Amino acid sequence: MSTDHILSFEEAMEKYDPVLGFEVHVELNTKTKMFSSAPNVFGDEPNTNVNEVDLGMPGVLPVVNKAAIESSIKIGLALNCKIAESCRFARKNYFYPDTPKNFQTSQYDEPIAYDGYLDIELSDGTVFRVEIERAHMEEDAGKLTHMGGATGRIQGADFSLVDYNRAGVPLVEIVTKPIEGAGSRAPELAKAYVAAVREIVKNLGVSDAKMERGNVRCDANVSLRPHGRERFGIRSETKNVNSLRAVEHAVRYEIQRHAAVLEAGEPVVQETRHWHEDTRTTTSGRAKSDADDYRYFPEPDLVPVVPSREWVEELRAALPEPPAERRKRLKADWGYSDLEFRDVVNAGVLDEIEETIAAGASASVARKWWMGEIVGRAKAADVDPGQLGVQPATIVELAGMVEAGKINNKMASQVLDGVLAGEGTPEEIVEKRGLAVVSDDGPLLEAIDAALAAQPDVADKIRGGKVQAIGAIVGGVMKATRGQADAGRVRELILEKLGVTV
Amino acid sequence: MTEQNPTGLRADELIRLSAAQLAEKLAAGEVTSVQATQAYLDRIAQVDGGERGVNAFLHVNAEEALAVAAEVDAIRAAGGAEAEALHVLAGVPIAVKDLIVTIGQPTTAGSKILEGWHSPYDATVVERLRAAKMPILGKTNLDEFAMGSSTEHSAYGPTRNPWDLDRIPGGSGGGSAAAVAAFEAPLALGTDTGGSIRQPGAVTGTVGVKPTYGSISRYGAIAMASSLDQIGPVTRTVLDSALLHQVIGGHDPRDSTSLPEPLADLVAAARTGNVEGLRIGIIKELHGEGYQAGVENRFNDALELLKEAGAEIVEVSCPNFQYALGAYYLIMPSEASSNLAKFDGVRYGLRVLPEDGPMTIERVMGATRAAGFGDEVKRRIILGTYALSAGYYDAYYGSAQKVRTLVQRDFDAAFTVADVLISPTAPTTAFRLGEKLDDPLAMYLNDVATIPANLAGVPGLSLPGGLADEDGLPVGIQLLAPAREDARLYRVGAVLESLLEAKWGGPLLAQAPDLAASAPLETQEAK
Repeated sequence: MSTDHILSFEEAMEKYDPVLGFEVHVELNTKTKMFSSAPNVFGDEPNTNVNEVDLGMPGVLPVVNKAAIESSIKIGLALNCKIAESCRFARKNYFYPDTPKNFQTSQYDEPIAYDGYLDIELSDGTVFRVEIERAHMEEDAGKLTHMGGATGRIQGADFSLVDYNRAGVPLVEIVTKPIEGAGSRAPELAKAYVAAVREIVKNLGVSDAKMERGNVRCDANVSLRPHGRERFGIRSETKNVNSLRAVEHAVRYEIQRHAAVLEAGEPVVQETRHWHEDTRTTTSGRAKSDADDYRYFPEPDLVPVVPSREWVEELRAALPEPPAERRKRLKADWGYSDLEFRDVVNAGVLDEIEETIAAGASASVARKWWMGEIVGRAKAADVDPGQLGVQPATIVELAGMVEAGKINNKMASQVLDGVLAGEGTPEEIVEKRGLAVVSDDGPLLEAIDAALAAQPDVADKIRGGKVQAIGAIVGGVMKATRGQADAGRVRELILEKLGVTV
Repeated sequence: MTEQNPTGLRADELIRLSAAQLAEKLAAGEVTSVQATQAYLDRIAQVDGGERGVNAFLHVNAEEALAVAAEVDAIRAAGGAEAEALHVLAGVPIAVKDLIVTIGQPTTAGSKILEGWHSPYDATVVERLRAAKMPILGKTNLDEFAMGSSTEHSAYGPTRNPWDLDRIPGGSGGGSAAAVAAFEAPLALGTDTGGSIRQPGAVTGTVGVKPTYGSISRYGAIAMASSLDQIGPVTRTVLDSALLHQVIGGHDPRDSTSLPEPLADLVAAARTGNVEGLRIGIIKELHGEGYQAGVENRFNDALELLKEAGAEIVEVSCPNFQYALGAYYLIMPSEASSNLAKFDGVRYGLRVLPEDGPMTIERVMGATRAAGFGDEVKRRIILGTYALSAGYYDAYYGSAQKVRTLVQRDFDAAFTVADVLISPTAPTTAFRLGEKLDDPLAMYLNDVATIPANLAGVPGLSLPGGLADEDGLPVGIQLLAPAREDARLYRVGAVLESLLEAKWGGPLLAQAPDLAASAPLETQEAK
């Protein structure tokens, strides 16, 4: 697919300094569309969530969705932006069949939010500040599916189908200022930045934030300049890089490609690039220049949006704690190691562990249950851990039973299965399944005698000092008691019986 | 027609009633809505079609109109609460400019590109007509996408002026004005972006009102220039305009530019009956040089009458009006170039495939637009696209917006010394068909007096001021009021109208030639 010549990343870094820039589009999860009352729902039959406004019928007019304005302001505030006292929409004019009016209603010189920043924590613990130029509102286009042809792109297709369900879905486009000084951490920063934006909009509840559904889409701008030079190089813009991993790879690839072009003494072409996940390369899209003429002018069918200061302050006061700050706080409170905490974050059970601790479990017990028991079950069921329906109170109850010696860990795991199977409360399941640690030594001693008699050679070995052989006898006892014996107590009794002291 | 109804009115008398008069007779049970509607349908059949027909209608909606009329008659006959609740204009027929979308009838905007297209939704104003149970007689002719001052730019042939069939009826709403002037409808809806209601009103001897921007919902009016477009009444009397304005006006949540406050009582304003002490301002820049002598004379007559009625006539200057036409011809095409982008053959309307070469989406869009749009539309799209282009935006669109602000300031200043402003509506009477077709600039100059109101968003009303001495054709008088003060127009307009009619001994349209006499019935067919 790609015949680009590329340098190794290390070679590229030796000579060049990457400058990045991102445009992240966030689809808002409002009930209705940006400018119409049609439902904003993903995955429905094509062209069912449309009305005359979304189809650009003659005579229609847009009306701004207030919920979308609110979500946009929340995003702006979470990105530490200023919120415009008054801002307008503009028309971006271009002919393309996914845009029913042949213009996109967007914001141009008057974004609702501007001049913000986001602090990004990198894996080595350093914090990199990404400056946000603006966050503006616009509408999404419809979705084109190109039929026939080899590439799935419009070139060479026999015909194209268009689904206007997505047309008019509210978007917030977050644009960074040029990001300088990331050096060899540029790919990591790229991924971490998009991850942070995604986390913020999810935390705000304003977007479903599913990258695989296109709720969060990233265009990555990359340029290189020789070390020490002030002036930026020519940039490429890789469009629709739609997973966190792909963002990292695309930035890395573009750095390597640009470096090779510059090394060869050729000019970098200002263009859009397409990302290919299969080959992890980009290919040339269309030439793009700053002279692309969209003939922007203020949208005359809409009046300016004037968010009152009181409203903005209300929204600011109600913002949730920023995800990064919350993580910092929780890690310190819980006393997890860096590795433990990262695993918890990656497993996506931060909220669940927090709730379990709030319900009365210790931090270590909560982590043990979620990471040791529940995450694996969720993976097997192919759902998010939180979706299994395990209540914090259940974990607290199970942990309490183990601590009291009523059941052992293995039983507790079985009880959890019972709870998930809907068999009742842990108490009921213990009762129903007859699970209880056998603590009366009488039946245990009988089982130990039987086990020793069955394996006299092992008994001799233990007597002879090979205490590690005891496992076979313990195993026999556990089997005989169907796992209900306390293995520690069994071991003590065996050693006692054989007169071995350790 | 000699068929008589209970009052003994002949059909040719019935169609000459004003809407207010007809409404009274309907309410009194002296005539039925079916009789009135049928009389108008017959009149359309008689004078609209054929070689020398008026050609005011692009579509006649006979069946539905008669059904609505019958429904109103049935409700009235049954009496009771439902009859009591009928709107004052219930059963009074109306024609709708074909720029306004309607379920159940085609909407063409006067363009080939929408030939055969049926809207899946009703414009807000049409919903309100239906709620008032007004039978819709059909859709009226217009310059394509309302771009023109003569209705000659319609893809479906020009409309003729009922005063002289060789002359233009004005534009873009020549169809609505001619329909009302030719007694093919008592009322009509128009749209006014730079004078498309008022100038046709002037040259056909009818009343046309461009309300305050935002006073009437634009939802469902196919946009030419969104910041200038406004729907308004086209009628034969000032009171009828007030009645119709009251039906279609008021806030609409589907139009973000629609004014939130309720309408004033415009009908009451039209019935006030005096102008005593009102300050009426003559705009220095909107008469005199460039205005036909007969127009100027009738304008001066109107001033005399108002003065006699107790109004104070003052002179105001609006120096920036001289730039209004230029600014208008940048803002309007800029917005139009964007508004008309949606007509591309992808979703609805005409689709034309390129005759040869590759079948790409760009080429299909291009072929469709090349075949579907007429010259004037293309001219304005090109002009607007150019004016909005990078590097030209500030010089053209940007400067035009500044002029717009200056025009608004001129109005603000003028309204500190005058309650209402007055001018001729158009510089000339109706010109001959074809006379200015090849001279766009001469055509554009027709709107010189009407455009400032659109740029400033203020309301304007044109009413008949008499006939020009030199050609015997109607002259229009324009009244302008501050934004949201539409009521003043109806108050002053109704007084001036009654003074003029007293002088003429009846409505001006009574002096119009008898079309029925020249149109042989057998050649006419309802379209």
